[in-house]
Amino acid sequence: MSFSKTTTRAIFILIFTALVSTAFIGCGGNTGSGGEIRLQGAGATFPNPLYQKWLSEYGKLHANVKIDYQSIGSGGGIQQIQARTVDFGASDAPMSNDDLKSAPGEILHIPTVLGAVVLTYNLSGITQPLRFAPDVIADIYLGKIKNWSDPRLKTDNSGVSLPSGDITVVYRSDGSGTSAVFTDYLSKVSQEWKDKVGAGKSPKWPIGIGAKGNEGVTGQVKNTPNTIGYVELAYAVQNKLPVALIKNKSGSFVEPSIDAVTAAAAGSLATTPDDLRVSITDAAGATAYPISSYTYILAYKAQPDQVKGKTLVDFLWWGIHDGEKFAKELQYAPLPEEIVKRAEAKINSMTAGGQPLR
Amino acid sequence: MSNWRRRLSPTGNTGDAIFRAAMFAVASFMVLIVVAMILALASHSTLSIRQFGFGFLTDREWNPIKDQFGALAFIYGTIVSSLIALIISVPLSLGIAIFLVEQAPYYLARPITFLVELLAAIPSVVYGLWGIFVLAPFLRVYVEPPLARWFGWLPLFQGSITGIGLLTGGIILAIMVTPIISAVVRDVLSAVPNTQREAALALGATKWETTQVVLVNAAPGIAGAVILGLGRAIGETMAVTMVIGNRPEISLSLFQPSYTLASVIANEFTEATADIYLSSLVELGLILFFVTFVVNAIARLLVWRVTRRTTSVGMAV
Repeated sequence: MSFSKTTTRAIFILIFTALVSTAFIGCGGNTGSGGEIRLQGAGATFPNPLYQKWLSEYGKLHANVKIDYQSIGSGGGIQQIQARTVDFGASDAPMSNDDLKSAPGEILHIPTVLGAVVLTYNLSGITQPLRFAPDVIADIYLGKIKNWSDPRLKTDNSGVSLPSGDITVVYRSDGSGTSAVFTDYLSKVSQEWKDKVGAGKSPKWPIGIGAKGNEGVTGQVKNTPNTIGYVELAYAVQNKLPVALIKNKSGSFVEPSIDAVTAAAAGSLATTPDDLRVSITDAAGATAYPISSYTYILAYKAQPDQVKGKTLVDFLWWGIHDGEKFAKELQYAPLPEEIVKRAEAKINSMTAGGQPLR
Repeated sequence: MSNWRRRLSPTGNTGDAIFRAAMFAVASFMVLIVVAMILALASHSTLSIRQFGFGFLTDREWNPIKDQFGALAFIYGTIVSSLIALIISVPLSLGIAIFLVEQAPYYLARPITFLVELLAAIPSVVYGLWGIFVLAPFLRVYVEPPLARWFGWLPLFQGSITGIGLLTGGIILAIMVTPIISAVVRDVLSAVPNTQREAALALGATKWETTQVVLVNAAPGIAGAVILGLGRAIGETMAVTMVIGNRPEISLSLFQPSYTLASVIANEFTEATADIYLSSLVELGLILFFVTFVVNAIARLLVWRVTRRTTSVGMAV
């Protein structure tokens, strides 16, 4: 094959112009036009469906505001807000003291909604929901209760014919807030769990098999008889999975539901510190579902930019008031009244250049 | 004409000079990428290299909550699952390729070749889903119980049967690399000159003996195909993580869950916040790079020795 010189030259010029023009387009990407205000957020995957709903609803009300949210995971959200590469971050678990210290400014935790972790299982021929006491869950995940016909399971589930099969435990293999909430709960209800395993996004599970994501755990549980696993409440509801009743602090067996999760937050008010960083697992209250948690938006108290700061404050204010009504339809639990008030105070404390933004 | 032009192109043709320079740039770009990757991985894992030293390679404990990080369980899982994959897929692929090139009639060879190449193009997450929903239950019900019954005295087939684990991971890898290996081997076999076959047949060789002659001729190419498949098996992430059980544990039993280097990085990277945790995950990446390199080197060495011996045998025959 032979090209004439002119053809070769033409091809080279074409490639060259293509390269140069892409470079220029790459430079001009971030400048908005026509008074548009852009905010960038990143973080937790769990509240992503709700936040996307918020962004589209808020966008309808404020045509000049363009907010993007990337669900890259809580860990990524914390890193990005620390590095100030985003205007707000999002995380399921509150930031640790170390993380807060290594940030270049004071970061506020604004709770947005609540979620819960539910136990799901695959046992043939069982129609009514199973009931679990906290120590039984811990001992199943510690590998001490090995069989479904264990007497301790039978006492809480009288009248249910439990099969005599080995329990296969399924856990989340990817680092996840769901695992963090679940192990935080187990650490509270079992001293042995706290000593041996502890709480975290990727704990060292004593037994079981790991599956990736809510969908992986569900797939594994659905396909393997005699399994038990844990997934997010919203995911379990949407996929109509069998879910277990769990015995709470006041001794009643509670079915996971949106109201029971809000009740857990309300039951933890006394122990909720001023910065709102709190674990509400094993909460007090007769109707409280014990494996619940907040999810937060993270923002700097001192905003670097007046216009962007004002937009962020308005958006957050809208979120914890008007935005809450979208929570239930997406299977998230709205904040209790008292927490909304305390979150208001947090939003009101945000400033830009020393001036309050609200 | 200036000096550099003459050096670039001895013929003195400007077009040749530009072509030569451009191709050189492209080739060195490849080398640059490899060097840049190693440097980036090494620099981001300095923290964990400094803290754990060589012990990182021999420690089987992986506990992010307690900041204990060791890679041994992942190295084990990666190597064993890839080995299972090769043990299953190499004979299978050779068989497919030999059938297609040496025996199949034209009307069969074409559609089968097409199907094999189609398999190679399926995204790995699809293999993973199929693994969870079809392969794992199948192995749990029909394959693992008989294995445990007849070969249960071997430590390889002991423990509880869930359909998830090292064996399932290895099998799904085997299914994924078979199309790649067989497609390349097929090309290699068809590249063997027909004169070889004619010569063998003329000497009175049977079909099977002729095939042997062809295989010996194609050995280096076959080895290349196997190495290509091995590379895919070692680095495969999604499909494996969906069926291997994701448990950093070293167990002789193939029924037990295991974990691979690539899977743990994919699973834990997004939510890792502590510096030492991130650094350890990056070091796993560095090790993955290194494992691939070493395994490749060993494979090449083996091939080199085997081909040398078989060629001399072939000549003696």
